[in-house]
Amino acid sequence: MDTTPGTNVIEVLSLTRRYGLLVAVDHLTFSVASGATFGLLGPNGAGKSTLIKMLTTLLPPTEGTAKIAGFDLVKHPELVRKKIGYVSQMLSADGDLTGYENLLISAKLYGMPRTERSRRIAQALEFMELAHVGGKLVRQYSGGMIRRLEIAQSMLHRPSVLFMDEPSVGLDPSAKRSVWERIRELRREFGTTILMTTHDMEEADHLCDTVAVMHRGVLAAMDTPAALKAQVGAESSLDDVFIHFTGATISEGGELRDAARTRITSQRVG
Amino acid sequence: MPLAHESHLNEWVEPFPGANYLRQTLAVAEADIRKLIHDPVELFTRMVQPVLWLLIFGQVFNRTRAIPTGGISYLDFMAPGILAQSVLFGAIFYGISLIWERDLGIVQKFLVSPAPRSTLVLGRAISSTVRSLCQMVFVYLLSYLLHIHLRIEIPALAGVVLAVMVGSAIFSTFSLIVACLVKSRERFMGIGQVLTMPLFFASNAIYPLTLMPSWLRVVSKANPLSYQVDALRTLMIVGSSTSFGLGKDFLMQFIAFAVLVAVATKLYPTIVT
Repeated sequence: MDTTPGTNVIEVLSLTRRYGLLVAVDHLTFSVASGATFGLLGPNGAGKSTLIKMLTTLLPPTEGTAKIAGFDLVKHPELVRKKIGYVSQMLSADGDLTGYENLLISAKLYGMPRTERSRRIAQALEFMELAHVGGKLVRQYSGGMIRRLEIAQSMLHRPSVLFMDEPSVGLDPSAKRSVWERIRELRREFGTTILMTTHDMEEADHLCDTVAVMHRGVLAAMDTPAALKAQVGAESSLDDVFIHFTGATISEGGELRDAARTRITSQRVG
Repeated sequence: MPLAHESHLNEWVEPFPGANYLRQTLAVAEADIRKLIHDPVELFTRMVQPVLWLLIFGQVFNRTRAIPTGGISYLDFMAPGILAQSVLFGAIFYGISLIWERDLGIVQKFLVSPAPRSTLVLGRAISSTVRSLCQMVFVYLLSYLLHIHLRIEIPALAGVVLAVMVGSAIFSTFSLIVACLVKSRERFMGIGQVLTMPLFFASNAIYPLTLMPSWLRVVSKANPLSYQVDALRTLMIVGSSTSFGLGKDFLMQFIAFAVLVAVATKLYPTIVT
């Protein structure tokens, strides 16, 4: 197994996605070491969501490939799926089911046998401080609780790699911090490698070992948050780094659907 | 800390070959059935349509005696057709839930799991059959109250259950395919409306094939609903005769279902792209 510390658990090789003439992700090549938390920053339309969709096997690449936990994304998507977890930008926990039921269905989809299932679900609810509301419908949860449930759901099968698309979008500061705390703890407990996209520079600073700034389908910069800040200038923040590498404060492009989705998520958690 | 020091055991041994496939298929169905249990209102609203057809349309046409029904009353003739209709109308709009769940991000979560795509399609077909079986119980009760001559024998009832399940699976899977092709709720609603009526009227649900012009008879024989109605009529009503034969009725339905599952499995992942 190549998820021991020091090896690369994500290796992206010239990964490309075109939509007609538009190149959303343009020959990206980078790697993420086992156990690291990798943050992807970039304005709307930079290609972050397309990249995550490809890495989670939701979207086939036009060109190139990636190896996730040792498996080739294009040749063996079914093996990659066993090794990954995914928390989407939307609030994807099913509001019409209880927290317990959401976890139960996930456990079954991952082929978990009954005894293992009940043990892990009980632990997950306790770990995410949701044990007292496990029997309630998720639509009655707060935004922070839903996010914690989703992270629990994505971790039930103990993936080697966890993909998170804007995990704290729309959350209030205390809910956000509680989500961050859980993410850090998961990393400590299981050594999970995390690749996350974010618009929140504080989040990137808090959680990520490496940050990449994506702009127009390519990586404009990639380094530790401290090194990136130093590169831009003394006393710079990640906001400055973002602006420096993307060249604009006002985002251009981006699908209407992406923007709408972020707003809907924000409304639902708010 | 309860989570600590747990082995990274991900490869669970299957108790028998195919156990995982079955578990995953049933998990997809279970999610939907649990939702139905939390909020069963939909089951009751669906009961309105068969009541209207049997009580109003059926009662009126029962008096005309203009339709050759092969020695049984018109109400007896149309009751299986109305059961098939309520299965069809329930299942044909089922695909819209896929679009809705795609917009919420739920479908994406299913698609990143290792569950084979065909389990996602079959699981949805199963949950659709559960709804249709509830309809079946209701149509039977209604038919009993209307003194329709029902065959109350275990083998015949088992056959009706099977026919309802296959019919529901066929049209819900067809609906899934439409959802994957049109991708938006608005377009789906438009197309759903356009599809339902031709499927219903180009079948033997409320009049026999013999009454149709020859071109319509050809269309009707390619319509899986005709085979479903024929099977239901044979198995449900005392003294009715089959047009195609029960064997052919089920064979045609199974073939239609297999083809639709193959197509839906191929198209399902495209709903998120």
